Amino acid sequence: MNELMRAAFVIARRDFTAVVLSRTFIFFLLGPLFPIVIGMAFGGLGDRISTTDLRPVVGIAMSPADASRMERAHARLAERMGPQALPVLRRVPLSPAPRAQLARANADVMVIVSGSPARPVMTGQPQDIQRLEGDISLLASAAVAEKSLHMVHVEAQQVATSVGAQSQGRLVIGRIAQIVIFFLTILLAGMILSNLVEEKTNKIIEILAAAVPVDAIFLGKLMAMLAMSFVGILFWGGTAFAVFLALKTPGASLPDPAVGWPLFLMLAVIYFAMAYTLLGSLFLGIGAQAATVREVQTLNMPVTMGQMLIFFFATYAVDKMGSPPEVAAVVLPFSSPFAMIARAAQVDALWPHLLAIVWQMLWVGLIIRIGVLLFRRHVLKSGGGWWKQLFRSATG
Amino acid sequence: MIGAPQPTYAVEGHGLVKTFGDFRAVDGIDVAVPAGSIYGILGPNGAGKTTMLRTLLGIIDPDEGHRSLLGDSAPLRQARNVGYLPEERGLYPSMKAFEAVAFMGALRGLPLKIGRERARSMLADYGMGASADKPIRQLSKGMAQTVQLFGTIVHEPRLIVLDEPFSGLDAFNQGKLEVLIRDQARRGVTVLFSTHVIAHAERLCERVAIVAGGRIRFEGTVDDARNRLRPQVRLRTRASDGGWRRALPAETLAQDGTWHFPLPLGGIEPLLRALLDGNAGIESLSIERPGLHDAFVAIAGEAAARQMQGDPQEEEAA
Repeated sequence: MNELMRAAFVIARRDFTAVVLSRTFIFFLLGPLFPIVIGMAFGGLGDRISTTDLRPVVGIAMSPADASRMERAHARLAERMGPQALPVLRRVPLSPAPRAQLARANADVMVIVSGSPARPVMTGQPQDIQRLEGDISLLASAAVAEKSLHMVHVEAQQVATSVGAQSQGRLVIGRIAQIVIFFLTILLAGMILSNLVEEKTNKIIEILAAAVPVDAIFLGKLMAMLAMSFVGILFWGGTAFAVFLALKTPGASLPDPAVGWPLFLMLAVIYFAMAYTLLGSLFLGIGAQAATVREVQTLNMPVTMGQMLIFFFATYAVDKMGSPPEVAAVVLPFSSPFAMIARAAQVDALWPHLLAIVWQMLWVGLIIRIGVLLFRRHVLKSGGGWWKQLFRSATG
Repeated sequence: MIGAPQPTYAVEGHGLVKTFGDFRAVDGIDVAVPAGSIYGILGPNGAGKTTMLRTLLGIIDPDEGHRSLLGDSAPLRQARNVGYLPEERGLYPSMKAFEAVAFMGALRGLPLKIGRERARSMLADYGMGASADKPIRQLSKGMAQTVQLFGTIVHEPRLIVLDEPFSGLDAFNQGKLEVLIRDQARRGVTVLFSTHVIAHAERLCERVAIVAGGRIRFEGTVDDARNRLRPQVRLRTRASDGGWRRALPAETLAQDGTWHFPLPLGGIEPLLRALLDGNAGIESLSIERPGLHDAFVAIAGEAAARQMQGDPQEEEAA
């Protein structure tokens, strides 16, 4: 075992320095920050698009007095509910008929409300009418009631903690953690696919295979890529934290995950490492079969789709702790890290994490073994029975 | 490492079989390489030399038979004591020369710091000190090959396995490699190398195995191989015919006015007497000891020999 780890470390050190000391690594580090910077720069514009332009516009073809009553009702309701909750109202001429106005090439309203607030008539496509009928009914009712509509005062009784709100918050934290781990894994683990191509194209594989167990080559490559990922995560995480501190609203605080923030963050790192090594060992095994970069590129798409499936499976039952799909996601090795980080956000028991980590590590070992076996059989053309190969010592 | 007790045989293989699909690349090979010797595996391309070496080194497992490297049936357990130069040379192109040597040593257990020191010193001694810090991609093919060779021996192994080590080297560097091999052997290191250039094996090896069609056709000392053939007699006479012709063996060939035949079992004296008595008019007579090449032809066959000579440049360089 010591010899295996020593050899793996030699391989890992070579791969790590080769990647980190290369000029391209700076682009790897800066790459994920580009979308964030662009997103921040265009944030204001995006905000404007989401709040104004995307709300449906309703044409009001009523007498000026009725149209004013509708607009006043809109303003009163928007005051309480927020402008996002209601469609935008725009006056349109009384003639031609709404049907004809909607057929015009320059029509810019979704539906037209004619008649009066007491008897509104909506003209539009069936799905648009169905979507906006409730809003128009509410607006018309408020317009009819006008000043007789009294907004009831809601008395506020504040509490320091709310378990309901806390569980909602924890669920959100769990989902966010899943998404972050998934994106980091999808960004980084895919790189492992092409990891053995360099050795094969440069004929180095024979030197390695003659000197160290193939298990050590696989393990070393995984270790190197994981270490490189941590360098990236440290950089991106540090940047994200700095941005968070700079933009943080005073008084605002995140809800605590069930296991507490320090342990949650530690588990997040561990589960990322497990998700990464589980998928990475699988990708390494698959990629090791590829002879050329082109073959690796072809493999990329199905592999990414596989990752997506695993992620969707893990997120499916995140709000139903203990349900059969959630337990299945915990047990299935590839979805286990994602399911377990959501669990850490919502449930405070620690022993399932110990169990899950051991379980996932066992699977990493098994997948590496199978990858090595396939590599020896198909690439090195080394024979022997499946079972004998699977359970033999790494040094042969 | 050199002073550690060595088994009688550094490398052993018994009944080794390795097939690729229907093709038997190694077909029941028995081999035993005495510790401390220079041992050559001779054979044409495709004879099974590389597969045999890879099987013995544990890179691939045999389908049948068993092997032992420095007395250990699990070859990789002896990785620290073995150096291997594969036929297909390979180095990381962006790695500096001295780092490449140290890395190959580190793979086999040599601490990186010591490896770097030794690498610099080896490269400097070889006249490549200025290239030590250059990336491999900037070196010539011969220099890169030298770097890889140093990587093979930097950890001071007890056994060095070289697969076609002379391939791709010019005459000057082939000579230097021969010196290096002899030097290693003097230090007690077992050197096992494969080649398809007979001259190298003839000059370097104490023992050889002649491989053809996945089988060992001959195993023994170079002298044993030569002794399989009787010395060859070349005779030129003034007379073209006469009673003396009866003294020539039946397998005599006439070529360019010269008679070629193996030395008769009765020795040279009866033949000489018959030639003199028969007034053959001897112009010249020479007895030549057969070379390893002749032995190879006799053992592996003409076709294999022709393949061995497929690279006339290398033969010439050798």
